Amino acid sequence: MNKQQLLNTVEQTSLKDETPWFEIGDTVDVHTKILEGNKERIQVFSGVVIARSGSGTREMFTVRRIVAGQGVERKFPLHSPRIGKIEVKRSGVVRRAKLYFLRDRVGKAVRLKERRTKAPAANKKTNSA
Amino acid sequence: MVKGILGQKVGMTQIYDDSGRAVPVTVLQAGPCHVLQLRTQRRDGYEAVQLGYLDKKRPRGKRSRPSQASRSERGQVANIASKRSRRRAAAGVGLPAKAGCEPQRFIREFRGPAGELEVGQQVTVEAFAEVRAVDVTGTSKGRGYSGVMRRHNFAGQRASHGVKKVHRHAGGTGMSADPSRLFKGIRMAGQYGNARTTARNLKLVRVDPENHLLLVRGAVPGPNGGFLVIQETNKVG
Repeated sequence: MNKQQLLNTVEQTSLKDETPWFEIGDTVDVHTKILEGNKERIQVFSGVVIARSGSGTREMFTVRRIVAGQGVERKFPLHSPRIGKIEVKRSGVVRRAKLYFLRDRVGKAVRLKERRTKAPAANKKTNSA
Repeated sequence: MVKGILGQKVGMTQIYDDSGRAVPVTVLQAGPCHVLQLRTQRRDGYEAVQLGYLDKKRPRGKRSRPSQASRSERGQVANIASKRSRRRAAAGVGLPAKAGCEPQRFIREFRGPAGELEVGQQVTVEAFAEVRAVDVTGTSKGRGYSGVMRRHNFAGQRASHGVKKVHRHAGGTGMSADPSRLFKGIRMAGQYGNARTTARNLKLVRVDPENHLLLVRGAVPGPNGGFLVIQETNKVG
């Protein structure tokens, strides 16, 4: 095996078997597990997916929402065991991969036109390594 | 011998531990290593185990050559039938044991008594199953002749306020007429990198005997593919 294949086999163990399918511009609910003392609690962060970056175990996605008039962005590691469900609430029509232009918009301009298409099933882990 | 093995850096990646935290790891491919020689107090004046990693490439088109090593690699080979050899055999001097493997590409010694190891045996990553942390020695990436800002993290000088052409220079290097010389050890520009470097006390995250892999937390000296000496750490705590 060459070096890249070896790295892939190592990463396979940390990848999720199934990652939920969502696209840039989708409004999602991200369920994160949070440890408070000894108790585990689930916190939901909902907003628009404005970017996806990285590959393999390092794949991240950025969710943006407006809280009390203030823009808040959170970046989640897609394969982290602490990220539970990712529910797609609404899909938006977008024409680019990074929606950083939303940062400059306020009020009604933030809205995205809704896209009505059926969502495909979840992404299965590919055993390419 | 201390628990040690030879290997190569594969590259860095990120995995998640049991509590869901991301751990930055370096993947090392190590072993299987042949034991090539045992150094003994009596013969060599010290005790050590010599390991070899990776077979040497054979010259192309000469795979049928009976001897695997070229003459220069074999070194000086004693003639068994010679008068001297016969006398030595008669006096009870045994021939050194052979490892019975291809010539090895990367050979290093580990100090200490051999224990149960014998010439020809193989050392694999399974020897590290119980190990908590390792020291990894390699040759750091060469950065050539570098200035003091890159080499010693000097701050350089200001961009303006009268500074001319010396923005990346070191400041003063010493006093004046007394002592009229530089003290030894003043840090200056020079060759940076391409030196033997050890990363100490790296936590061993995972051992994968199937693919001969070791996963250590953090970075390791040298480029991907660089040869490494991996030892159980002697750091306490």
